Amino acid sequence: MNLTKDKTGVMTTARKGWNPRLVVFACNWCSYAGADTAGVSRIQHQPHFRMIRVMCSGRIQPGFVLRAFEKGADGVLVSGCHFGDCHYVFGNEKAVEQFEKTKSVVKMLGLEEGRLRLEWISAAEGARFAQVIDEFIEQLRELGPSPLSRARSGDEAAGALTPEAEEVEARV
Amino acid sequence: MSELQAVTTGTRTWACYDCGKCTATCPIARAGAQYSPRRHVLAANSGQKAEVLEESGSLFTCLTCSLCDSRCPAEVAYTPLVQKLREVAYKEGVEPDCPHGGALQSLMRMMARGGTQQDRMGWLTEDMKTTPDQGEVFFFTGCTMYFDTLFPELEANTLDATRASVQLMNRLGITPVVSPEERCCGHDLLWNGDRKGFEALARFNVDLVKKSGAETLVASCAECVRTWKLDFEPFFEGKPPKIVHISELLAERLGELPLKGNGGRKVTFQDPCRLGRHLGVYDAPREVLDALPGVERVEMPRSGKRAQCCAGGTWSHCDRYAKKIQTERLKEARATGADVLATACPKCQIHYRCAMKDPNLGGDIGIEMRDVAQLALEALGEEDTSH
Repeated sequence: MNLTKDKTGVMTTARKGWNPRLVVFACNWCSYAGADTAGVSRIQHQPHFRMIRVMCSGRIQPGFVLRAFEKGADGVLVSGCHFGDCHYVFGNEKAVEQFEKTKSVVKMLGLEEGRLRLEWISAAEGARFAQVIDEFIEQLRELGPSPLSRARSGDEAAGALTPEAEEVEARV
Repeated sequence: MSELQAVTTGTRTWACYDCGKCTATCPIARAGAQYSPRRHVLAANSGQKAEVLEESGSLFTCLTCSLCDSRCPAEVAYTPLVQKLREVAYKEGVEPDCPHGGALQSLMRMMARGGTQQDRMGWLTEDMKTTPDQGEVFFFTGCTMYFDTLFPELEANTLDATRASVQLMNRLGITPVVSPEERCCGHDLLWNGDRKGFEALARFNVDLVKKSGAETLVASCAECVRTWKLDFEPFFEGKPPKIVHISELLAERLGELPLKGNGGRKVTFQDPCRLGRHLGVYDAPREVLDALPGVERVEMPRSGKRAQCCAGGTWSHCDRYAKKIQTERLKEARATGADVLATACPKCQIHYRCAMKDPNLGGDIGIEMRDVAQLALEALGEEDTSH
């Protein structure tokens, strides 16, 4: 692990070495706004995730998550509103149904269960968003690169970033 | 020779004389869609990739059921043409709007890449005799465990036919190889234009079966059998195994099964397009059904070579026309007076059962569905364990 504290005491990641690639699916009404709250509240968290906003967590079907893994994600976080808070009333219950299927398929495929997570994050829970991301990234660091990205033949070495991504990474 | 020239030569599209029988017989065109197989033939003949890509939207709606092939007086190999044109389109970055969010395509591509140890044997029960690596008969299970996990709401239980096949083989004295290493046969990647992914799977599976030393390969999925028999051919080194569908194995050895009555039931058979028109296996499943005491086989008007496809064979498309095709077919099955609609492919089960879930039509089109292997197993008496 390459976590070091910078002058201000904020945890940063050493630029060299491996950083996990986390894909975060967030619903428009709660979790995405929660991430926004984390941002405007200047809460520091790990930057190694790509966020995909959907209107409702109920939209996140197994195909979305599987595609993320297929494209080399080391982990996938599905997030939505707490029960009872769903903008579409029952959308997050649908999300659970879909997530259960996804989890079974991911297990059958042989990926570690720790690479997939479902979390409810409200628009007010900026701190919680940051905490979930930090925890999950730590967990992925322990798991290492996805076996699927390691098995990628002819691609860049597992976990290594493309020059453009390297540049983005260097800026954070 | 350009890529398209090779396609037209290989599939005889040059022989097309524009009679339009293909479009007249096409189930999707007949269901009312703006779709014409002939347009793809003409696009290929134009020799212009742009023309093919222009048709790419409808290229992926083809059911690849081969009904038009069987009617074409000029013997244009339409189904192989569509497969090749999809490869051309895929290379140019055209992807089908995969139903189910592309979950199945992603699964297959991940299997093609490998690197994980699948946990795919959960369906085996203790009473089934199988071996994980070496044996004379290899049972290629296919992806039914994934299907049942992804579509629990359909209650298609496609694994039941997989289990029934193993149990039937056991009763015939066969202990099949069921490998935890097996991967998807690649059928759907091939038919979605992803040749690279398909070839990775083909090489892996051919090698796996070769290492098992099996001389016979049995599958309960019509698509796996088609892929093994026709598409894996270039990947075999040395003598390929004998490839049979479970219904063919059963038909061959019916005499060895102690079949008993399972109550008077009328059964009608849905020919899977892969088993029927693609491989010409029409009789074996019917022989099995006829041998089951108490089963009366009735035929739908469109059966055998004229059979209607389940409208979802390659996971590349689904729309209201597919639903219409399925609904009509289920009505046809019910009109025969049959109690059970039998089939021999998990995809038929999945797609017809999905159609039956329509709350507006459920009562009119609902019919019990079974795989031929399941019906055969149900007709078996208790195993005599005295010997």
